[in-house]
Amino acid sequence: MEKIDRAIGEIHKLDNMSDEDKWMNNIHPLVKLFLTLFYISLVVSFNKYDIMGLLGMTVYPIAMFILGDISIKDTFGRLKIVLPLVCFIGIFNPFFDKVPVTLYGMTMPAGVLSMLTLMLKGVLAVLASYFLIATTSIEKICYAFRLAHVPKPLVTQIMLTYRYVVLLLGEVNRMSAAYSLRAPGQKGVHFKVWGSLTGQLLLRSMDRATTVYESMSLRGYNGDFTYIGEKDRFKSGDAAFLIFFGALFVFLRVCPVIVVVGNLL
Amino acid sequence: MHMADALVAPAVAGTMYVAAGAAAAYSIKKVREEDDPKKIPVMGVMGAFVFATQMINFSIPGTGSSGHLCGGMLLSALLGPYAGFLTMIGVLLIQCLMFADGGLLALGANVWNMAFYGCFVGALLIWKPIMSKGMSKGKIILASILGCVLTLQMGAFSVTLETLASGITELPFSVFVATMQPIHLAIGTVEGLITAAVLCFVYEARPEILYTATEAEKKAGSMSFKKTVVTLAIIAALIGGGLSLFASANPDGLEWAMERIAGTTEIEAAGGIYETFAGIQDKSAVLPDYAFKGSDSAVGTSFSGVFGGAVVVAVCVGACYLFKFFKRKRK
Repeated sequence: MEKIDRAIGEIHKLDNMSDEDKWMNNIHPLVKLFLTLFYISLVVSFNKYDIMGLLGMTVYPIAMFILGDISIKDTFGRLKIVLPLVCFIGIFNPFFDKVPVTLYGMTMPAGVLSMLTLMLKGVLAVLASYFLIATTSIEKICYAFRLAHVPKPLVTQIMLTYRYVVLLLGEVNRMSAAYSLRAPGQKGVHFKVWGSLTGQLLLRSMDRATTVYESMSLRGYNGDFTYIGEKDRFKSGDAAFLIFFGALFVFLRVCPVIVVVGNLL
Repeated sequence: MHMADALVAPAVAGTMYVAAGAAAAYSIKKVREEDDPKKIPVMGVMGAFVFATQMINFSIPGTGSSGHLCGGMLLSALLGPYAGFLTMIGVLLIQCLMFADGGLLALGANVWNMAFYGCFVGALLIWKPIMSKGMSKGKIILASILGCVLTLQMGAFSVTLETLASGITELPFSVFVATMQPIHLAIGTVEGLITAAVLCFVYEARPEILYTATEAEKKAGSMSFKKTVVTLAIIAALIGGGLSLFASANPDGLEWAMERIAGTTEIEAAGGIYETFAGIQDKSAVLPDYAFKGSDSAVGTSFSGVFGGAVVVAVCVGACYLFKFFKRKRK
């Protein structure tokens, strides 16, 4: 139940954040989507031992925290989902890759280095997609998908799913609360009611889908979503943002900036 | 089973995007052919339903743990393979964006591992043939459990292949497979039982909403139960037995396979573009401050690394605040 509350809270928070009228939020969604994917691709393309080069890529999250006025605490809360999985995969590297390697005077097994690089990659990739969603609403991301020629049925379906997620999460929350109040001390739903509890919700959801469709039809829905706001037109500022960050990512990928600056000393 | 971005190399992620994109394009074509405007709102609500109900904990009798619903198989049984597949894409995208559950770059791989097997294999090779001669509670239970177990096994096996092809883990192929498959066998069985319970309830309350092949579909692509069983048996044997056997006999299964196909474990490419990129890679992948023991490379002092990092961060923070300052002034 607490999990569902948290999920609903998270969605509302992200909705509010992306709705704010801030400079970062008003950058064209297609530019942000492209840059996010480009950044993640470059991050994961680093050599598995190249932690110093990868550390240079942290420039982007730092810039986003400041430019987008994004809370560092909330952001790091999201890492708890991805880090365990990445750690599970990476934790074995020190056992299988024991060749000693020296980095800045510290000697460690190469596997430790590759594990740390993998973890940093995981963190940077999650941060990049968080910056996208924290500054861009799902509607705008869907609009960017349409501009990228993603077919209409898929985009509409994504938008509808997103709209109904909060509603159904609320319903599941109420059902779970009612169930747990009637079954105190029981962990999870008893197997005898596995089918009926979820099945009831399923049938109600199907009926709701029909009602939704009927009301959408009455309001003129014909399978088309027209959505474009004045703010979403491509501006010169968007082009500058794209060129600047695109070039910065390529530069950081090619030049191990921390090592170069460090060697100047 | 949601893969994070860090677990896939760009080439693997790109390949999986292409594969998932092809399946999505085919599904969209099929959904458009059905020409049912009601379908998209139903898909939207069902996507949200799967998303929400995956948060319910179903307690597993006799154990202290709990299981969750299997989204792909449930959607296949309700919406059919094509609409189910598109719905799962929406669910996975929202999970990835809103909850960091699976990466944006790894979305193609996740769609393939969970939605493709769950919907296409689940609906076309398992659900449809089993239900071809009418539906019954027993058949629903069989199809649900078989569907969840097999599609999860295929998904887990794909995760293993994608991670290994990305060069992420030093874990030998055989160990990785031996870890992934049994875990997902247990998860699949529980998910299958929960999905079966929900579908049996729907079957009793409103059987007309369950997916059955239309007459036209039956004629076009019917597959007898026998053929299906043989196909599934081959897939199961390949995954469960054959591949893991040869994997354990050959410590690196991928290298073994490459050697058989290409005659070498090192595939060499030549040509202008390759050389240009190799040049860029050489420049970008230099590890000037890494010294493997025994080599003559210079070892920098730990201070220069810290200094470099501090200067870069300071320049970045300074530039951002300066930008914000001028931006505000202009307002």
